[in-house]
Formats: sequence, structure tokens, C-alpha cells
Amino acid sequence: MSDVGTAAQAEQRQARTGADAAARAVSLRKVYGEGPTAVVALDDVSVEFAAGEFTAVMGPSGSGKSTLMHCMAALDTATAGEVYVGSADLTRLGDKELTRLRRDEIGFVFQAYNLVPTLTAEENILLPLSIAGRRPDREWFDTVIDTVGMRDRLGHCPNELSGGQQQRVACARALMSRPSIVFADEPTGNLDSASEDDVLGFLRRTVDDFQQTVVMVTHDPVAAAYTDRVVFLLDGRLVDELRDPTADDVLEQMKKLGREADAGDGAGQRATGAEG
Amino acid sequence: MLRTTLRSLLAHKLRLALSGFAIVLGVAFVAGSFIFTDMLQASFNSIVSGTTTDARVTPKGYQESDGFSGDDSRTLPASLVDRLEDVDGVARVDGDVFVNGAFVVDQDGDLVGGMGAPSMAVNYSDTPSTTGEQPLRITEGEVPGPGEVALDEQTADRAGYEIGDEIPIVTASGGDARFTATMVGEAKFGDSLLGATLLVFDTETMQQEFLNGRNVFTEIQLTSDDGISQSELRDAVAPVLPADVEVKTGDQIEEESLDDLAEALTFINAFLLVFAAVALVVGTFLIINTFSILVAQRSRELALLRALGASRRQVSRSVLVEALLVAVIGSTLGVLLGFGLAVLLRMLFGVIGLDLSGQGLVFAPRTAIVAYAVGILVTLLAAYLPARRASKLPPVAALRDDVALPEGTIRRRVIAGGGMAVLGMGALVAGLSGVDPALTLVGVGALAVLIGVALTSPVLGRPVLYALGVPYRRLFGTVGLLSTQNAARNPRRTAATASALMIGLALVSAMSVFAGSANASIDKTIEENFAADYVVSNAIGQPFSPQIADRVEGVPGVETVARYRFSNADVDGSEQFIAATDGPTLAEAAEVTFESGSLNDLTQDTVLVNSETASDEGLSVGDSVSVRLPARATDLEVAGVFEQSPVLGASYVVSLETLELGGIKPADAYVYVVRDPSTPSDQVRAGVESVLEGLPTVSLKDQGEFAAEQRDQVNQTLYIIYALLGLAIIIAVLGIVNTLALSVIERTREIGLLRAVGVSRRQLRRMVRLESVAIAVLGAVLGVAIGLLFGIVMQRALADEGIDVLSVPVTQLVVFVILAGIVGVLAAVFPARRAAKLDVLAAIANE
Ligand SMILES: Nc1ncnc2c1ncn2[C@@H]1O[C@H](COP(=O)(O)OP(=O)(O)OP(=O)(O)O)[C@@H](O)[C@H]1O
Ligand SMILES: [Mg+2]
Repeated sequence: MSDVGTAAQAEQRQARTGADAAARAVSLRKVYGEGPTAVVALDDVSVEFAAGEFTAVMGPSGSGKSTLMHCMAALDTATAGEVYVGSADLTRLGDKELTRLRRDEIGFVFQAYNLVPTLTAEENILLPLSIAGRRPDREWFDTVIDTVGMRDRLGHCPNELSGGQQQRVACARALMSRPSIVFADEPTGNLDSASEDDVLGFLRRTVDDFQQTVVMVTHDPVAAAYTDRVVFLLDGRLVDELRDPTADDVLEQMKKLGREADAGDGAGQRATGAEG
Repeated sequence: MLRTTLRSLLAHKLRLALSGFAIVLGVAFVAGSFIFTDMLQASFNSIVSGTTTDARVTPKGYQESDGFSGDDSRTLPASLVDRLEDVDGVARVDGDVFVNGAFVVDQDGDLVGGMGAPSMAVNYSDTPSTTGEQPLRITEGEVPGPGEVALDEQTADRAGYEIGDEIPIVTASGGDARFTATMVGEAKFGDSLLGATLLVFDTETMQQEFLNGRNVFTEIQLTSDDGISQSELRDAVAPVLPADVEVKTGDQIEEESLDDLAEALTFINAFLLVFAAVALVVGTFLIINTFSILVAQRSRELALLRALGASRRQVSRSVLVEALLVAVIGSTLGVLLGFGLAVLLRMLFGVIGLDLSGQGLVFAPRTAIVAYAVGILVTLLAAYLPARRASKLPPVAALRDDVALPEGTIRRRVIAGGGMAVLGMGALVAGLSGVDPALTLVGVGALAVLIGVALTSPVLGRPVLYALGVPYRRLFGTVGLLSTQNAARNPRRTAATASALMIGLALVSAMSVFAGSANASIDKTIEENFAADYVVSNAIGQPFSPQIADRVEGVPGVETVARYRFSNADVDGSEQFIAATDGPTLAEAAEVTFESGSLNDLTQDTVLVNSETASDEGLSVGDSVSVRLPARATDLEVAGVFEQSPVLGASYVVSLETLELGGIKPADAYVYVVRDPSTPSDQVRAGVESVLEGLPTVSLKDQGEFAAEQRDQVNQTLYIIYALLGLAIIIAVLGIVNTLALSVIERTREIGLLRAVGVSRRQLRRMVRLESVAIAVLGAVLGVAIGLLFGIVMQRALADEGIDVLSVPVTQLVVFVILAGIVGVLAAVFPARRAAKLDVLAAIANE
């Protein structure tokens, strides 16, 4: 479907990187539980997600990818460090502001779609707006559903849609409120390759056509190839990153990380992770 | 947002219906109570307002007969009628003889209307009421002449008498205890007599049978000339009245009657509302539980809404909106069902003699307001906690499969609950021992104990569930094990479900312990105090003609006859229920313990005082007490202080003469009979019974029969209370059905898994059933335990009032627990079927 984008667009994005990050984490740390059973899911992670860029987060199972998404999307709280979405530091905000942020600034696509089963596709897509008590922008709505190609299935309930269709509805929902950043946690994890193509192509288009910022967790090198940048997590630390990746690059990098992970614990990773 | 809520509601009609049902029942009881009392009010109002005359003349402070507590014996001379006729502005004067205590005996020899319903007799008069209508009308046949009678239509119907029949009539006072009259007509008084019986005679017959043939009246009705107001009429006749006679306007009489009525109705309403409150408290548990489960089941969806930017308030509001909708629908249905309940109550009261069949349903706006307010408030209150919990869901919960709702620690609950139970117990004991406001303290205390125990029941329930787990595992193997584990898995939910049943059973058991103790106390005291061989009386202590005792005295082999009477009196400025007897004869028929003095000291000038009253009022022998009866007030000297006893069941006891001089018609409530030991018991009994022949108002009982009759009274009250509490138990059972059904839905996946690994449908059904039984038995055990405690406390507190024997009806309590188990099985029928029907694949695939 979509390519990696034109050179001009890439340049445009490049220019924006760093200058205004849509979201960033500074020395982010997340510990689950307490005492002897405590799990350090994120350990001193600093990362920026540039506006208008499509970023993939990769790493072995249990490396902290989902945790990073949740903390950055204001779904969970950090143990230490700072998280910025736009200029707001999430760690300093109260529930009211966090709620506003979730509502207006952040979109989230879940691996398990998470549609409300009793609402139709259209109602699901408009849910964030109805929560906010805002009127939908019809033009934008049309644009979004045409982009996801769901126009003819709007009146259907989730259980009448395929997994791929459901996930496209979920994507449309994430975009409806024009958030400044969309997080997607393994959005294609449950999909066959054709549906996966649909969803990824759609995410790519939102970045290219609407300058949407998208951060996506994935295990799939092919999916990662749709993005502008890949960052790698290992045992809760940011260990590496690739720009304008191809599937082969990614696969290569993953193998390397796999070997490092096998080779031993902490020491080896820390050495590589210094870059950030 | 609202749409999400509505959709979720509609998608789960079943759970909506189940949780709504608790509200429906509770509200129905509230609405039904109001509708019914309004109906009573309306029908009594129509009687009062359609039938009063312009003005009425009576002896001063006339005590209108209520058929129980001493009729005023004072009368007005016929000469007064003549004198009133000469007063300017008076259009007509009618002398009335009105009596409450003229019973009609039907062809089978039974009383028409039964004991308790007013049984009135009056002379025929066509006096118009204030509205110009004629309240008393002969609708068929003729106006009765001497020796003739007209029966009200309903009484004639019920007894099956027709014009021309000879009607046997039994009187409670006056001349003959029994006479007959020929029926010549049917009468109607006002719109309806509400189940009372009315006999209409001519004036001479009334005077003959009830006033010893004197030409006097009990009251005189006045009708004014056109253009003369009620107060002008009153002022015009006042000067010609003797000092001990008074006149009241129709309006005044109406107002007084309505006031008395309102008081009685307030009591009935309050009584019914107590049960409505019980139903609502139990319903609250059910609603809290239902909404907790609903929130638990929807928690993923609610967390998703949070993740999509819904605020805490929006989430909790969505739960509350759901509750509100359920409340509105439930209250509406509840009000409708309330009508049904009112109709049912009307039927019930019809059975005991209050005939309201002519009265339509009355629906005051107040009923709707209160019913909706109660239904909505209770539901919102019950949904508040789950709603708050829902709002605390972290948005990440949307991503988890097994969402656990954040909950307060059990420890805090147990401490709070324990504290509440202890404080409640304190209030209960204080209230029962007479600290004011006693009733409030008792009610609030009992409620606090029940809620306190409900709060701690997740912990209290553990040993019970554990105790059940052992035989379950033995008998049913893995299925048994799984079912107790299921019950123990969510201790709060199990406990809340069980608590609903616990409340119902606690009250039922408390009543049964209390009634058991009351019965045992009756037996004991009758045995201890009853020296007489027989007693002549009726079940409800309604007075009967003194002639009966006269005749019994004449039976060969009867040694002593002791009469016992009641009356209202004003003692030292407060209204009291006093007793009267002949001291020396009662001394032979009863054993009463005296602290000082004795029964033999009772004379025209003395009074005996119950020891409790004596210590409350600071009275001792030699003190003076002022007793005011309708006709006169006297100072009586305290001659003895006795210990409370069923034979002397009043605070003050005076002599028969005191009562008669006070203007109370002689009528006995109890007559004790002592046999001459030399005459065989059978012979005496047969002799007395032949005297009582044809007098269905009274019966002859020996000691055992008398005790049984008293016990029946207690038991009848108990059954009424059981029936009303039954409603709370029905709600609790619905709660079990609801909780089980919901947890089956919740465990769909797990059940599918069990089926997939080879658990049969039958085993699955058994698992749900056993869980249900575990919950029900848990509730029953806790309930019976609390009920036992309440019952014992009540008995202890009332030990001084004569309930001094504690008797625990163990069998009955065990039966309650067994019944609860059976109820558990029944409650599981529907949820078990549902679980067994689940499709294995669909269950596992369920998302
Ligand atoms: N709620 C939790 N409580 C305790 N530990 C948790 C929790 N959530 C995640 N963890 C732990 O934190 C670490 C990181 O988990 P995370 O879900 O972020 O991994 P991941 O990279 O998303 O893995 P996967 O690719 O399998 O989804 C893991 O070791 C996990 O066990
Ligand atoms: Mg993950």
C-alpha cells in the first residue's frame, strides 16, 4: 500500500525532530509491586517522539514496551522521572488534567481493539467526542472513515466485524478527536497479514497526510518497516534505534539484541544502552 | 456517554429486571401502606361527615362506646327532650338510644361479624344530618315496632336472615343477656358500616332491653331551623341544659371523631411502614450487590471510557444514571403493585371484620411523591458505593483481562461493622429498657446491629463456609469443593447476598423467640396465678352481660364467681386503663402476690396499685389517688401494692362499685369460677355450659384451655408479622437468584473451560446449586444467631412486663435453617440451568 513516503516529506519531518517533540520521557522509571517481588519494568528511559513522525517501539517480550506506552499515554503513572505530552509534565498533573489530556491530546489503539460491544462502529468512533461533549466535525469524520475504509460498515456492531475491521474502527476512534499523538500497542498483533497491511497503511497515511504523530509497539519487522524510526527496548532500557528502517535492518538488529539478551544480564545491556 | 449507559442497560435486560425487582417490592409496600390507610381514612370520613347532626346533647364528657373499655352508663331524661323542643331555633329534637354491644347470632349459633367488629343497636329515627340527608334509612320492609327489629343489609345477608325471621340477639350489658326480635325490615346507615353490624329497634324496645325500661336516652340529636347556624343552635340550647349535660355542634363532633380516627390510622400506617422499611433495607442490600456486580462486569468497559478521556465523574455518573433509570422504572411498577397490595390488605381486613369493599382506591399525590422519593433515594444510595468504586478504576484496567475493582480493606470494614453492631446493641438495649425515645432507639439499634453484622459477615461467614466445605467435599467431591470455593472467592458478594436473607431471618427468629417466651410465660403465670377452676370469657377480652355471671352463680356446685372488668379512667391526671373486681371473691379465684395489703382490702374507697406503677409514681399504702370516671371523680386510698400478674393486668384496680358509681355500665370481661370440691368437675362444667348455651360471645375454659386461648392470640399476631416479614425474605431470595445468575454470567469463561475439560451439565448444575445452598445457609445461620440474640434481649427487657420465661423454640429455628437450604436449592434453579446451557465453545471464545 503506502510507501515510506517521499523524500521531501522525510526531510520535513527530519527538520521538525527535536525542535518540537510531541511527547518525551526523561529518566522514566516504572516499578511494579514492592519489596522482593518488585519488577523494574522501565529503568531510566529517556526518549523523544517527534511530531509528525511514525515511530516503532520494539524489543523482546517483557522488555517494557507496553509499560512505556501506558506511562506516556497517561494511562498509568510513572514511578520516577518525567513524561511530557506537548509541554505538560504528566507526572505533575492531577486527575482532572490527565483526563483532559487523554480526551483531547492522546489517542490510544489497543491490541485487543477494546470497542464497546453495545455501540455501533460509528458510535464507537464518535465515543471520545461524545465523552467530551463535543460535536463531531463531519468533514473530519468523513475523511477518517474513508481513510480506514469503513463507510459501509458504520451501522454494525463490533461482533459483526472482523478483527481487522474492528482494529480499523479503533484506529478511527483514536484519530477522531485529532489528538496530538497516537499510541498503538501491537495494533496488528491479532491480525492476518492482509488486515495488518490495511491498518499499518492507514497509520502511515495519517502521518503523511495529516502530520499525525504515531508511536506503535510491534514485534513484526515488516510492520516496523512502515515507520520512520525504530527504538529498541531491552529489560526496561532503551538500547538502540534505527532511522528509516527496512524489514531486514530491523530483523538484523533484533537478532543482535536477542544474542545480547542470551549472553547475559544487566552488564552487557548497559554498555550498549548508553546511547539512548 | 448517556447512550453508552442506555445501551449497556438495554443489553442486559435480565439484570435490570432482577435489580429492579427489589425496588418494585420495597416501593410497593410503601405505596400500598399509604393507599390503604388513605382508603381507611376516606371510608371513615364519609361515615363521620355524612351522618352527624346539627348538634348533639350528651352527659358532660360522654365516653362514646368503643365496645371494649367500659360504656358510659349515664343517660338523659325524656323531659329534657320536651324542654329542648321549646327552644327558639330548634326545628326538631330526637332522643336516641345508642349501644355498642348488641350481637346478632346467625342460624348456626355463631356471632355475625365475629368478635371485634362494632355491634351496634339504635332506635329508629329519621333525623337529618348536617348535609340534609337522612343517615338511617329503612330500605326494605317496615320501620320496627315493639319486639321487632331491622337489620342492616349486610348483616342480614351474612347471617342469612330474611324479613319474618326471629333474630336471636346477645347483649353485652343491660337487661337480658339474650333476647329475640322479629325481623321486619332492612336498614342502611350512611354509605357503609365497614363491617360493623347494626340493629334498629323502636325507642321503647331499646329502652327496655338496654336501659332497664327507663324512659331515658343516651344522646339527643338537634336539628336547627332554616337560617340558624350550628353555633347559634348550640348557644340557644346551652342555657336550658342541666349542669352535667353539654351540647356540641356537628362540626365539633366531626372534628373530634376525625382526630381520633387520624390517631388510629397513624398507628396502622406506621405499623405497615415498619415492614416497608424492612423490605427496603433488605432491598438495599440486593441493589448494592447487583450494582457492585454490574460495575465489576462492566469495569473493563468503564476503564476503557476512562482511557478514552472520560472523567471520574462521568464514569460514576454513568453508573448512577443507570441506577436512576432502574429506580424510576422500579418505583413506577412499585406504585402500581402498591395498588394490588392495598387491595390485598383490604381483603385481609375484610376477613377480620373491617369491610371496605365499598371504598374505592385512594391515590393521594403524597403517595406518589413518597414512593418515588423512597425508591429513587434508596437506589441511588445503594448505587453510590459501586459508582464511586467504578470511578476509581485506573484507565490501564481497560487493558487487563481480569480486572479487580479497587476495594477498601476488609479489616476496616470489620472494625467499622463490629463497632456499629456493638453501638447498635447498646441502643437496642437502652431502648428496650425504656430510655426515650424508646422506639427510635430500638429501631435504629436493630438496624445498626444488622448492618454491622452484614459488614463483618465476610469474616463471620468464613467458619460457616468452611464448616459447609467439609461435608460438601466428602459428599460431592470436586464439584462440592469448587462450589464452596466459588462462594468464598468473593467474600463480600457472598456476604452481601447472605446478609439480605440474614436480616429477614433475624427478624423472623427474634419474633419466634419472643413469641415462644411470651407463650411460655403465659403458661407459667396462668399456672401460678390461676386458682379458679374455670374462666368465662371471650378470646379478645370483650365485655359481656353481667347477667351471665349471675346465672353461673346459680349453677349447683359453683362455690365462687369472681368478676373482672375494665374501663378507661383518668388517674391523677393521666389516661389509664383500670381494672375493677370484687376483692374477696377474686382472692379465692386467683393467687396474686402482694407487697403490701391484700385483695381483701379492696373497697369502695380504696385502690390497689401495681408495684411498678407504685414505684414510678411514688405511691405506697395510705397514699391518696384521684380517679375520675365519666360520672364522678373520687379520691381513693391505696390499700395494697401487688405484683404484675395476668389476673390483675392493669396498673390500678378498683372495686366494682367504684366503677358503677363512676357511670360505667356493668359488663364483665372475665368471670372466674371456683368449684365446690365436693361436686364432680364434669357436673359443674355441664351446668355452667348449659347457662352459656346460645351465647356465642363467651365460652367456658379450664386452666389449660384458657392458656391455649391466650397463646392463640399471641400466635395470631405472630403469623401476621411472619406474613409481612415474608416479603423481606422473598426479596432476599430474589437476591440470591440475582447474584448467582450474575456470577454465572461473569464466570462464563470459566464454566466453558470446566465443560471443555469434561464436567457434565449435571455436575455444573449441582455446583451452582451447592453454592446457592451455601449462601442461603450462611444467611440463615447468621440470621438465626442474631434473631436469637434479639429475642433474648427483648425477653429480658420485658421480663418485668410479664414475659419472664425465656423459651427458645429450637425446633422452629432449626427448621428455619433447613428451609433456607431448600430456598437455596430453589433459588439456584434458574442460574444453574443457565450455566448448564452455556455453549462450550462460545463460552471460551467469549471476549
Ligand atoms: N501490572 C503489572 N504488575 C506487575 N508486573 C507487571 C505489570 N505489568 C507488567 N509487568 C511486568 O513488567 C515488565 C514489562 O512488561 P510489559 O508489559 O511492559 O512488557 P512488553 O514489552 O509489553 O511485553 P510483550 O511484548 O510481551 O507485550 C514485565 O516483566 C512484566 O512482567
Ligand atoms: Mg506488551
